[in-house]
Amino acid sequence: MSTAESAEPKAVSPASVDDAPLYEARKDIFPQAVRGRFRTIKWTILIVTLGIYYFLPFVRWDRGVHAPDQAVLIDLPGRRFYFFFIELWPQELYYVTGLLVLAALALFLTNAVAGRMWCGYLCPQTVWTDLFYAVERLVEGDRREQMRKAASGEWNLERVAEKILKHSLWLMIAWWTGGAWVLYFADAPTLVYDLLTFNGPFVAYVWIGILTVTTYSLAGFMREQVCLYMCPWPRIQAALTDEHALNVTYRYDRGEPRMSAKKADAARARAEPAGDCVDCFQCVNVCPTGVDIRDGSQLGCIQCGLCIDACDNVMAKIGRPSGLIGYDTDENVKRRIAREEPVVRIIRPRTVLYAGLIVGVGALMTATLATRTTLGVSALHDRNPVFVKLADGGVRNAYTVRLTNKALEARPFRLEVLGLPDATLDVVGEPHRAEQSAVLEVESDQTRELRVLVTNPRALDNPSTPVRFRLTDITTGVTAQTGDFFKGPGSN
Amino acid sequence: MAVEKLDSVTGTATTGHEWDGIRELNTPLPRWWLWLFYMCIVWGIGYVIAYPAWPMVSSYTKGVLGYASRDQIEVDLAALRNQRSGLVSQIEATPLADIEKNPQLLTATLQIGKQAFGTNCSPCHGTGGAGSVGFPNLNDDQWLWGGTLDQIQQTITHGIRNESPDSRQGNMLAFGKDGTLSKTDIPIVAAYVVSLSGRKPEGAHDLAKGKQIFAENCAVCHGDDGKGNPELGAPNLTSGLYLYGGDQKTIEETITNGRGGVMPVWTGRLDPTTIKILTVYVHSLGGGK
Ligand code: SF4
Ligand code: SF4
Repeated sequence: MSTAESAEPKAVSPASVDDAPLYEARKDIFPQAVRGRFRTIKWTILIVTLGIYYFLPFVRWDRGVHAPDQAVLIDLPGRRFYFFFIELWPQELYYVTGLLVLAALALFLTNAVAGRMWCGYLCPQTVWTDLFYAVERLVEGDRREQMRKAASGEWNLERVAEKILKHSLWLMIAWWTGGAWVLYFADAPTLVYDLLTFNGPFVAYVWIGILTVTTYSLAGFMREQVCLYMCPWPRIQAALTDEHALNVTYRYDRGEPRMSAKKADAARARAEPAGDCVDCFQCVNVCPTGVDIRDGSQLGCIQCGLCIDACDNVMAKIGRPSGLIGYDTDENVKRRIAREEPVVRIIRPRTVLYAGLIVGVGALMTATLATRTTLGVSALHDRNPVFVKLADGGVRNAYTVRLTNKALEARPFRLEVLGLPDATLDVVGEPHRAEQSAVLEVESDQTRELRVLVTNPRALDNPSTPVRFRLTDITTGVTAQTGDFFKGPGSN
Repeated sequence: MAVEKLDSVTGTATTGHEWDGIRELNTPLPRWWLWLFYMCIVWGIGYVIAYPAWPMVSSYTKGVLGYASRDQIEVDLAALRNQRSGLVSQIEATPLADIEKNPQLLTATLQIGKQAFGTNCSPCHGTGGAGSVGFPNLNDDQWLWGGTLDQIQQTITHGIRNESPDSRQGNMLAFGKDGTLSKTDIPIVAAYVVSLSGRKPEGAHDLAKGKQIFAENCAVCHGDDGKGNPELGAPNLTSGLYLYGGDQKTIEETITNGRGGVMPVWTGRLDPTTIKILTVYVHSLGGGK
């Protein structure tokens, strides 16, 4: 027997090992409606983000006749991504990587400044769950009513009607969520029409089905279980935080010892210690994950700030200053207990580093995006044969050259080879052959693959001569280049 | 035995398991995880019934859905053929000389041609058509039987020196073996052939005599100036490009024993459209006239 075992147990323990539960039943949560600053912020964010999500596909953006006029469109068959004035080709997917890097850094930065801001206000899981809770309260009544109905176990007509209504509303929201998703992949108005007339593509119905089911089950049933058991971010967040990060904190220096308002008044009159927490459980009642913030910072708390609103309302009623729960740090609570000035340090090495990285990556991405050209050339040297000797003593190399025209109009380009002053260029299929350069038209928003033969009238001493292919936009003079080699038998 | 169930530091219940005084905290899993586990088992059973799953002695269980990955490939290939059929029939309908003028058709032709060439032609001519000793390089501008589209198509369609009556005929005769030229004459005319490409033959040879022997025996096919004749498949001897090698010894061997490489007839093995595609592909390799 170890010595630790003789230590005093802190709470009531199960009677024996055999009844120690291996699986935990789900705790029912009926979050109570609340009003206040953070609730208003959350409503605003909810309306704005969902509004963007549901309506963005309908926003139009004129790109001329050669490209779709949908502002945000992922054109999978056409292999293009349109975002307002930006058009990305598949080979430019690194911008998406850049965006993900920025997103991760933004997550780190907000976490270092004010904890789980993502979780509490922006995460789709939070936003949709919040919406579903609102629908539930609207139909079935607030917390108390819902609890009473659940406890009574009665099933009358009204209750059945309520359930049907609630689930229908949930399903409608979920269905619209899936419906909006597919609109990002095709022309939205056309697709809506096709879907409604049952002429939509099968895959669109499948995706709407999948997203309806996931939204309905994640926001309607899984709810806080996603945050507690499925999502990696709370674990990562806990590892990334530090003592200066602001978090939703119960200021126990002010709150304890908790007692009823009456007792506290009496205690204060006797100059005895009395906390501001009246133990009304309002903070727990409004919590969407059902945790008690007074137990300290914990994994279950998504830091939505609703308990701050709840507690501030209580404080206003009993005439005590607000902010018993608020964005603060544990350090500051301890400092106040030790009668020291609390400190708030937003600017710390890590926040500066994250902010610097965000600015750096953002600037790099903006710069590359701004200086991106709308034409491109790439060359691939034939591997077999590497070079060909000709009957007149000349040497020929063949290349597969790809011209890219990212402009939304057909354009003529001039292709030249640099580095071999005497060489001539043949483009298979083009009428003018054996010239110094070739003029080639590339369709709007297309690439064109060419077989290009470069012929030098005599063998060069060097078995491998560096050459460059230069592509010039004939109207604007803008050029693009790519390097390759011209091979030959060498001098031997 | 009832063991202490609470950890004094965290206040969490323990499982009762203990190793050297370290006890395992009991953090119960949510019950729905257990349901997921059961659902996976049910899914697994369903999968085994529906899809190929169990190896048997000489076969395997097929599953009630009858799925096979081989069938899937058939479906994919059929889809590919279907997708290409439009282009292929367009190629079929386009005159040979016009295919290269249509960029879209040219791209498709070259892509399909590359595959057809890899399957049918590359065993002799190499994957890039670079050839090797006895098998012509299709990238250079020297053609035995002509490098225009029509000539290439003719060569692929009927082949060279094969059993087909339409195939290209014309041999390099075995001048040494059949006694037309004497053992002493052969090195002399070989040296003259070397000199035709602008090189200096090794050793001292009577090139004037060589020229005379050439005029009497070789010029019929190779021409007076040695520039060859694509009608007979007689190569140009002045360019320095050789099918079998251009050194004195190899040329002597060629004159003594003759040469007669064979190319099979491709009609019947390949449909006319594929031959058309291959023609354009070979023409595009670089040497096409
Ligand atoms: S814990 Fe995960 S799922 Fe829950 S709110 Fe935060 S990020 Fe979203
Ligand atoms: S404890 Fe407060 S901040 Fe945390 S999740 Fe619950 S209500 Fe939101």
